[in-house]
Amino acid sequence: MYNKTISELARGLRAGDFSSVELTRTYLKRVSSFNSGLNSFVTVCEEQALQEAELADQRLKGGHTSLLAGIPIAHKDIFCTQGIKTSCGSKMLDKFVAPYDAHVVSQFKQAGAVMLGKTNMDEFAMGSSNENSFYGPVRNPWKESAVPGGSSGGSAAAVAARLCVAATGTDTGGSIRQPASFCGITGLKPTYGRVSRYGMIAFASSLDQGGPMARTAEDAAAMLQVMAGFDGRDSTSAEAAVPDYSATLGDDLRGLRIGVPKEYFGGGLDANIEASIQLALNEYVSMGAELVDISLPNTHLGVPTYYVVAPAECSSNLSRFDGVRFGHRCSEPKDLEDLYKRSRGEGFGAEVKRRIMIGTYALSAGYYDAYYLKAQKIRHLISDDFRAAFNQVDVIMGPTAPSTAFGIGEKADDPVTMYLSDIYTIAVNLAGLPGMSIPVQPVGGMPVGLQLIGNYFEEAKLLNVAHRLQQETDWHSASPAGFE
Amino acid sequence: MQWETVIGLEIHAQLATKSKIFSGASTAFGSAPNTQACNVDLGMPGVLPVLNREAVRMAVTFGVAINAEIGERSVFARKNYFYPDLPKGYQISQFELPIVGKGEVEIELDDGVRRTIGVTRAHLEEDAGKSLHEDFHGMTGVDLNRAGTPLLEIVSEPDMRSAKEAVAYAKKIHQLVQYLGICDGNMQEGSFRCDANVSVRPFGGPLGTRAELKNLNSFRFLERAINIEVERQIDLIEAGGEVVQETRLYDADKDETRSMRSKEEANDYRYFPDPDLLPVELDADLIESIRAAMPELPEAKRKRFSEAYGLSEYDAVFLTSGKDLADYFEQAAKVAGDAKLTANWVMGELSGSLNKAGLGLAESPVSAEALGQMLLRIVDNTISGKIAKQVFEAMLAGEGGADQIIEAKGLKQITDTGAIERVVDEVLAANVDQVENYRNADEKKRPKMLGFFVGQVMKQSKGKANPQQVNELLLKKLSA
Repeated sequence: MYNKTISELARGLRAGDFSSVELTRTYLKRVSSFNSGLNSFVTVCEEQALQEAELADQRLKGGHTSLLAGIPIAHKDIFCTQGIKTSCGSKMLDKFVAPYDAHVVSQFKQAGAVMLGKTNMDEFAMGSSNENSFYGPVRNPWKESAVPGGSSGGSAAAVAARLCVAATGTDTGGSIRQPASFCGITGLKPTYGRVSRYGMIAFASSLDQGGPMARTAEDAAAMLQVMAGFDGRDSTSAEAAVPDYSATLGDDLRGLRIGVPKEYFGGGLDANIEASIQLALNEYVSMGAELVDISLPNTHLGVPTYYVVAPAECSSNLSRFDGVRFGHRCSEPKDLEDLYKRSRGEGFGAEVKRRIMIGTYALSAGYYDAYYLKAQKIRHLISDDFRAAFNQVDVIMGPTAPSTAFGIGEKADDPVTMYLSDIYTIAVNLAGLPGMSIPVQPVGGMPVGLQLIGNYFEEAKLLNVAHRLQQETDWHSASPAGFE
Repeated sequence: MQWETVIGLEIHAQLATKSKIFSGASTAFGSAPNTQACNVDLGMPGVLPVLNREAVRMAVTFGVAINAEIGERSVFARKNYFYPDLPKGYQISQFELPIVGKGEVEIELDDGVRRTIGVTRAHLEEDAGKSLHEDFHGMTGVDLNRAGTPLLEIVSEPDMRSAKEAVAYAKKIHQLVQYLGICDGNMQEGSFRCDANVSVRPFGGPLGTRAELKNLNSFRFLERAINIEVERQIDLIEAGGEVVQETRLYDADKDETRSMRSKEEANDYRYFPDPDLLPVELDADLIESIRAAMPELPEAKRKRFSEAYGLSEYDAVFLTSGKDLADYFEQAAKVAGDAKLTANWVMGELSGSLNKAGLGLAESPVSAEALGQMLLRIVDNTISGKIAKQVFEAMLAGEGGADQIIEAKGLKQITDTGAIERVVDEVLAANVDQVENYRNADEKKRPKMLGFFVGQVMKQSKGKANPQQVNELLLKKLSA
C-alpha cells in the first residue's frame, strides 16, 4: 500500500479498497518502526492523524473531491501548526506551540489530508545536511552513515523511506532540491510568491519558498495544487492564476529546447554524476527534445551573494526570538541584557549564530554598501543570466548537487565546503525561479538528482517534463533497501 | 556673544486608521493591555505584514497638503534594535525612499510675521508597544496594544530660530493633520508627539552640535524645554565647554533636560529594505484623486470665512484655528441665519463657558444645532440678547433646548405694542419730574436720559419687552 502514488491511493480510497484510517495506521506503524533509526520526524501526531483520517473517510463518503483527501502526509517543522509543537529544529522553539496554522497547513487541512507529524530539519532551515538540528541528525535511508541533505532532510528521508506519502519542504538555497537529490525523491521549489509564506518561519524572506517533496512528479503536482495560490496575508504572494498541474502531465516533449549550462558541468562535479545526468539528457533527446548549450556566466557569484543576502535577512528575522514573549528564556536573568544574551546564546545552535553574526556584520553602518547592496546588484545580474537563457530555451537542466550524499560529520567542521554543496541550486533562489530535482541513475548505490529549472510560474511545464522522464524510466521508483 | 538658536522638529502623528498599519487589529485607545495585539503585532514566528492602504492614502494626503514631492515609489525598511516593547526586534519604517519628500508650510507668529518652514520628509512607520515600569514590583510589563499603530513621522528642516517659531510650526502641523482628518491630534494620549533638535551658533556661523529633546507632550513643554536647553547650551559654551550630540529627556516636574544617551551609545540600526513588503508604487491617478478630494485647508477656510460671512480677520483666524471649531460655527450659523451674531456667541459665551468648565468642544453640552436654534430666537425677536444669556445658561445646565426653556421660564419677548405701551405709560406717569427734565434738556443729552426710561420699562417687564419697540414708543411719547 505504501508504494502507491497519490492518485492510486485516491482511487483505492474511493473504491473502498481501504479506508484512510487503515492507510494512516499503516504509515503510523512504519513511522514507529523506522523513525528511531532515521530520526526524520520531530513530532508524530498519532491520535490527531487518526481523527483526521476518520474525518477524511466521512468526507470521502460524501464525495470529497480533493485528490489529497485521506492521504497521510508530513509537514516540515518550519510550518506553524496550531496546538502542535513547531520547533523549526531549534532548542529556541523546543517548547513552542504555534497559536495558528500556516497557510500551507490550512490548505492541506481543507483538502482533507492527514498530517502524520512534523519532520526534522536543520535549525531554522540553515544547513545542507540536517546535522544542524537540535533533535540530532537525520539519517539517509539509502545509507545510514550518510546525510539526507538539508535543510528539508527529515521530509526527504521520510518520503524516501515511505514513512509518509509525500511531505512539504522549504527551499531557501536548495533545501528541497538537494535533499530530494540525496534521498532519491522528487522535489519542487516553486517560483517565489507561488506558495504563501504565511506561517512558514522565516529564514531569508526574499528567498524562502515552500514546495512539495514526493516520490513522483505526478504526486508533486497533486501536492502543489493544494499549496499554490494567492494569499492576502503574504504581500509577496503572487496573484497569478493557478493552472491545473495534472492536466498537462503527459504533454509531448517534441521540440522542447533544453538549456545545458556549461557552468554546471566540470569543475567540482563528480564525473559519475555527470555521466548520470548525461544519461537522463539522452533520454530527453530520444523523446524529441533538443539540447542547447547555454551559459550562465554569473553562476560562480551565486554562493558568495547568497551568503550575504540570506544571513543579512536572517539576522533580522531571528531578532524576534529574544526570550520575551515566546521561545527559550534563560533561567534567572539578572537584567534585560542578560536575558537577551543568555536566551539567544542558549537557544540558538552554532550555525544559526554564525549566520546571524555574518548578517549583522553585512548590514552594519559602513559595510552595507559593500556587502548587502552589492549582493543585491549581483542578484540582478544572476536573474539577467536566466532571462537571457529563457529567450533561447524552455527549461534548463543540470545536476542538483555536485556529489551524492556525503557522510555524517564529513563536512560538519568546514562550513564553506558545506555551503558549496548548494552551488547549483542557490542561483535559482536568487532569481526567484522554479526548480525541481528528480532521481536519475544512481552512482555507487546512492541517488543522484537531475535539476530542472523553469521560467517564472512555469511549474506546470517543469512537472510535465519531469513526469515524462518518469514514464520512460524507473529511476524514481527505486526504493532504499530495508524500506521496500 | 550673540547666539542664534537653530531648531528642527520631528513630529510623530498617529494616523487615524481603524486598524493597524500592518495587521487587522484595532487601533482604539485605552483597551485592557495586550487585548488589541494579534499574532502579527506579537511578532509570532511565521507571521507577515500587510500594508494598510488607508495609512498610505493619509500620508499622501498630508504630502499633497504641504505641496510636497510624493514618492512614486517608496520602500519600507527595517530598523533593527532590541527592546521588549518591539516584538520583532525591528521596527518597520521608511529610510531611503520615504512616501513624502520635500514640502513646506507657512507659519504666522504673534507679531503677524510670516515664515516658511521646510519639511524634509514624512514617512510611514509602525509604533512600538509600551513598557510599563510601575506596578510590577521591580519587573517591567509590556503592553503591545499600541504596537503596529500607524505613524507619520514628519521631519522639518532646521529652519526655526526660536522656541516660539517651533511652537508655531508644531501648532500649524497639528492644525493641518486634524483638518485633513488623518490624526486626532490628542497630545495627552500620545497621538501627536514632538521631538526637537536644538543647537546654538554664533549668528550666521556653521551649525552647532545638536541635542535631541524628547518627552515634549504639550506645546507649553515644547517651548519651555527648548528655552532651557538653549540656555544650557549657551552657558556651557560660554564656560568653555562643548555641546555633545545626545538625546535629552525633558522633565517637566524639575523643569530641566537631562541626558538619556549619547551618540556613542546610539544603536546601529542596520536599516535594509523589508523583504516582506513590496515597494509602494503610487500611480498619478491616485495622487490626483487625493488632490481632488482634499478638504478645505485652514488658509482657504479663513479666507472664505472673512469673505462669505463678512467676519473680521481676527474672528476668521479664531474660528478656523481648529476644524472642529470651524465646523461648529458653520453649522450653528446655518441654523441661526446670522453669521456675525453666531461668531460673537461662539467666540464669547460658548468658548468662555467651555474654558471655565475645562471642556473641549467635542464635550460641549450645547451642540452647534442647539446653539443655532437659540440664536434663531434672537434673530426672529422671540428673545432679546440679554434674555438669551439666561437661556444659554439653562441650556448649559442641561435644561433642554432653547424653545423649551423659553416656554418653561416664560422668557418670550413682549412684542405686543399695546402691552408695551401700557408699561411705558405707567413708567412715564410715575416719573413726571424726569419727563419734564428730558423735555427741557439739550438734544445732545437726551439719548443718555432716554436710557433711564428704557431701563425702567425693561425692569417692569422683567426684561421681556422688545427693546427696539420700547425705544420707539418712548421717543414718540416723550417728544409729544
